[in-house]
Amino acid sequence: MLKILKYSFFDLMRSRWSYIYFFFYLILGYVLFFLNNDVSKAVITLLNIIIVLTPLIGTIFGVMYYYSSREFTELLLSQPLKRSTIFIGQYLGVALSLSLSLVIGLGIPFVAYGVMRSGAIWDFTSLLVTGSFLTFIFVALAYNIALSFNDKIKGFGFAILMWLFMAVVYDGIIMLLMMKYQDYPLDKFALGAMMFNPIDLSRVLILLKLDISALLGYTGAVFQQFFGTSMGMVISMAVLSLWVLIPVWRIRRVAGKKDF
Amino acid sequence: MVEIKNLHKSFGKVNVLQGIDLAIDEPGIIAILGPNGSGKTTLIKSILGMVIPQKGDILIDGKHILGEWNYRNEISYMPQIANFPQNLRVQELINMIKNLRAETTLDQALIQQFGLEPFLDKKLGNLSGGTRQKVNIVLTFMFDSPLIILDEPTTGLDPVALIYLKELIRREKERGKTILVTTHIMNLVEEIADKVVFLLDGNIYFNGTVAALEEQTGQSDLERAIAEILRNK
Repeated sequence: MLKILKYSFFDLMRSRWSYIYFFFYLILGYVLFFLNNDVSKAVITLLNIIIVLTPLIGTIFGVMYYYSSREFTELLLSQPLKRSTIFIGQYLGVALSLSLSLVIGLGIPFVAYGVMRSGAIWDFTSLLVTGSFLTFIFVALAYNIALSFNDKIKGFGFAILMWLFMAVVYDGIIMLLMMKYQDYPLDKFALGAMMFNPIDLSRVLILLKLDISALLGYTGAVFQQFFGTSMGMVISMAVLSLWVLIPVWRIRRVAGKKDF
Repeated sequence: MVEIKNLHKSFGKVNVLQGIDLAIDEPGIIAILGPNGSGKTTLIKSILGMVIPQKGDILIDGKHILGEWNYRNEISYMPQIANFPQNLRVQELINMIKNLRAETTLDQALIQQFGLEPFLDKKLGNLSGGTRQKVNIVLTFMFDSPLIILDEPTTGLDPVALIYLKELIRREKERGKTILVTTHIMNLVEEIADKVVFLLDGNIYFNGTVAALEEQTGQSDLERAIAEILRNK
């Protein structure tokens, strides 16, 4: 598996898009500091960007890599390799190279501006961890979608719809439901709803860490009240891990049964 | 060597293989023939584990291979259309497969024979169909596997390369290997094949020597014999 991972990783690292993605974060980091010298404020701005952007890029790269490496995959399938090795190796290669672009791209400006010496180091770290989590989650979801559709256009379409749903539509639906049924106690419902969307969950996780209740929103406030800050973080981390593990498990299952 | 028992495979509503029973016991060249869509590639891909059959069993050297992967060490496979990763160079691809599979030095002679030296640094996406097929040949024959599977090996090859390929196939046969070939070129079959397996609508219609097939259909050459079968079907 390590060999496949290595090939996929270096294949992506050589591609133009990884550089663009890396430089985007690098420039973003520097611009944020240029405009605003306060590290903790920069972290909040970054939060809003990362939470939308990492899922989007993870989704697009995941789907794109699957379809563009189909020939490579077929070549590998005729070699003495286990199927799960091939697919999990490729998945990890994509997810790792994207996470690396994120961590290094943002890490350089932050280290340059002295995040190491400020109190925001942990906030910043948790931001990067969450961003990496989201990358791993959405690449896995994208791989699931791509494995289920042989038609490239369909796969792309569904993957983008999935992202749109998680990033935008989901919140809207929850809000509408809560407004419609505001006379009922909806705390538990809101909590449950949040667990089913990794983007919401990551937002709450970081805001809990930053301890900014004003930005937590309704679900976040309920969450904090319900679990408390530290328990809340443990639980949201655990649920995020499930969001990685379940799609990865399904990749193995589907890839094991598919015809090529 | 290879034993296929009651193999069934359908894609959606299309029944591609409908209970194939085939045993290949002796080394030699076996041509798998049949009209388009008769299940040749599906049969081959089932042996390779790329297509997963709904029913039936495949044994190689007496071992069940469905769901296994280690047995592919014993197989060299040349796919029908040489679709390689576009942005990889020829040398990189060769090294990669060696790295994944085993070290070998057989590739040097093959590269020389097929005149691939000038292309080693070129990206696979920029190669012509014939050159890509030559790379395909190198990748297939650079390992010393007892079972060699060739799916339409002659596609896009120029006459010189074709002669080399035939030589290569004969040499492997002399070394006691089992070679499965699918092709639509009947001359090639007459020239090299020891046995013919003719697939029709997902069943084995005929299994025997070329001479026996000609005798059965009362035709003087293989091309006519095949045409006769398809006409009377």
